Amino acid sequence: MATTTSKQTNAAPTGPAAAAMISSSIGVFFIGFFTTAAGIIPGLGSFLNWWDPAGNLTGKTGLSIIIWLISWAVMNNKWKNENYDLGKAFNITIALIVLGLLLTFPPIFQIFE
Amino acid sequence: MSLSFREFWAVAHGMTLGALFLLAFAGGLAGLYSYRAGLLTVDGIRERLPRIKWGTGLMAVVAWLTVISGTYIVYPWYRAKAPEGTADLAAFPRSFLKANASIAGWHNFGMEWKEHVAWFAPILATAVAYLIWKYGPQLAENDRLRKMAMILFVIAFATAAIAGLFGALITKAAPVM
Repeated sequence: MATTTSKQTNAAPTGPAAAAMISSSIGVFFIGFFTTAAGIIPGLGSFLNWWDPAGNLTGKTGLSIIIWLISWAVMNNKWKNENYDLGKAFNITIALIVLGLLLTFPPIFQIFE
Repeated sequence: MSLSFREFWAVAHGMTLGALFLLAFAGGLAGLYSYRAGLLTVDGIRERLPRIKWGTGLMAVVAWLTVISGTYIVYPWYRAKAPEGTADLAAFPRSFLKANASIAGWHNFGMEWKEHVAWFAPILATAVAYLIWKYGPQLAENDRLRKMAMILFVIAFATAAIAGLFGALITKAAPVM
């Protein structure tokens, strides 16, 4: 007969889960944002060219990772002992991932190049 | 029968790490899907958790190794500029693809999408691995959080699959040599 562990553990607050999900989607959103913005904002493509052999892909992804990690640290610090609405966090996460996907889709970002 | 240095890295990036990634994803997803208090005994939950933790953790690590090796080792060979007047562009895949209208789409669409979307996978896979390591047995009871982790895990895999598929097709059209 199946049993559960419901009485064995104290539920951890959901804030850290929300922080991890939302911050990851912020990271992927910014990959899309920089991909599209590099074609719109003069000079941004050159600014993001951190290593010439791989071009501005290095800056687009490098800066996005920095933003992801900072946003994760900030949100986690703020919500680590709180319960955050997971449904809301997940909706924000999916919305930002979809936006990130759209902004990295060549037929979209190449409109601005 | 031999591989050049560049071919070795292309294989390591695309096939070796790709196969590990697939393996880790399959194991992680199967584990997460059935990680439900209603289906498992206390011992079952305890026994399964390390496998899910290491499966999702391995997927995240492999995803990072794949995008880093792709971007910083293989991609520079792909995008190297051919010297002025070079007639044979076979050693310069991007130039080779762009010079032929019938196959230019592999670069203009395939590589342009692949190089960006591939980076979604390690970020999302890291978030999923964190959820598993942080919440552990609680996930077996919190069906909502478990399903959210599963969806993010599948999206991470899907973005890597897009990158992997285009990587294989582009390599077929213009291999890094």
